[in-house]
Amino acid sequence: MKEAIINSNYFGLILSIALFVLAVELKSRFKLAILNPLLISTLMCIAFLTFLDIPYDTYKSSACMLNFLLTPATVCLAIPMYKQLKLLKDNLLAVFSAITAGTCCSLLSILVMGKLFSLSDEHIATLLPKSITTAIGMGVSEEAGGIVTLTVAGIIITGILGNMIAESIFKIFHITHPIAKGLALGTSAHAVGTAKALELGEVEGAMSSLSICVAGILTVILVPIVNSTLV
Amino acid sequence: MKFVKEIVWIIAFTFIGEALNALLPLPVPAGVYGLILLLLSLVTGLVKLSDVEATGNFLLDTMTLMFIPAAVGIMSVTDVLLPVLIPYIIMIVISTIIVMTVTGLVASAILKHKESKNIKKEASV
Repeated sequence: MKEAIINSNYFGLILSIALFVLAVELKSRFKLAILNPLLISTLMCIAFLTFLDIPYDTYKSSACMLNFLLTPATVCLAIPMYKQLKLLKDNLLAVFSAITAGTCCSLLSILVMGKLFSLSDEHIATLLPKSITTAIGMGVSEEAGGIVTLTVAGIIITGILGNMIAESIFKIFHITHPIAKGLALGTSAHAVGTAKALELGEVEGAMSSLSICVAGILTVILVPIVNSTLV
Repeated sequence: MKFVKEIVWIIAFTFIGEALNALLPLPVPAGVYGLILLLLSLVTGLVKLSDVEATGNFLLDTMTLMFIPAAVGIMSVTDVLLPVLIPYIIMIVISTIIVMTVTGLVASAILKHKESKNIKKEASV
């Protein structure tokens, strides 16, 4: 019975979607930032699988349908960018300065804190690409001598965290301009942050999409330089 | 047929992105190649916005959901993650707050500066 259910082609899909809908419902009822739907549905999913002793690979073999949609969805980030192209062109200075400043802060903060916690160079290299999109980050980590599986975990934790704290950060630091919000989300929390930015608005979504590309490329260029200081 | 045509365009760009990712030695993911090519095609008019918009918006609207399988995947690396979990979490939390704040504030400062210049320009005309 259990085997038949968990080996269904739709088991992982329905579990993920149903828990996500439940998490969205919880969030709208209690309105707490900690009840971030992505965080809560992920935790519930892990709890469910662990409790019923279902291996991750069984879940993944049917949930991977969602993963499969991620590449076409990334391609479609071109749509908000195209609609806001004029705004992007008119604000090139702000866009590039902000993303560059953010990316440098990301690398420096990881480097400094890694040294403070006396982590090995391997672990520092693992976390350097934490703010960029998984597909680029894995390559950067490998090249720098990091542990790729942990990089992926770090990138996802960063994304969920960014998605969760964005609105509070914007309130505390009076970041009100939609362009600034989008850049901040995309530079700090890659595609998961961009999903949040798209919820906030089209300008936010477009700026965040651009940040994924620019921050990703900058990180590819800068990590080898930062990494050479480790030796 | 509207959706069929839209899906063809989006899958075509995804496929070309995958191919470029496999063929070119650059660390650029398939989705980013596809994004850049779709943007160029929209700008040059090869693809019209109405050719991809409805399906595109559906995919963007459901994007958050697509991260769940990868996020649940953390459970399969717990044995390597647990020993370093606390320093990792502290570093990620502090670093993400710094990056988000600095990026947002730098952008706000430049945008504000530009807007005040524009107002001055308008006032002097």
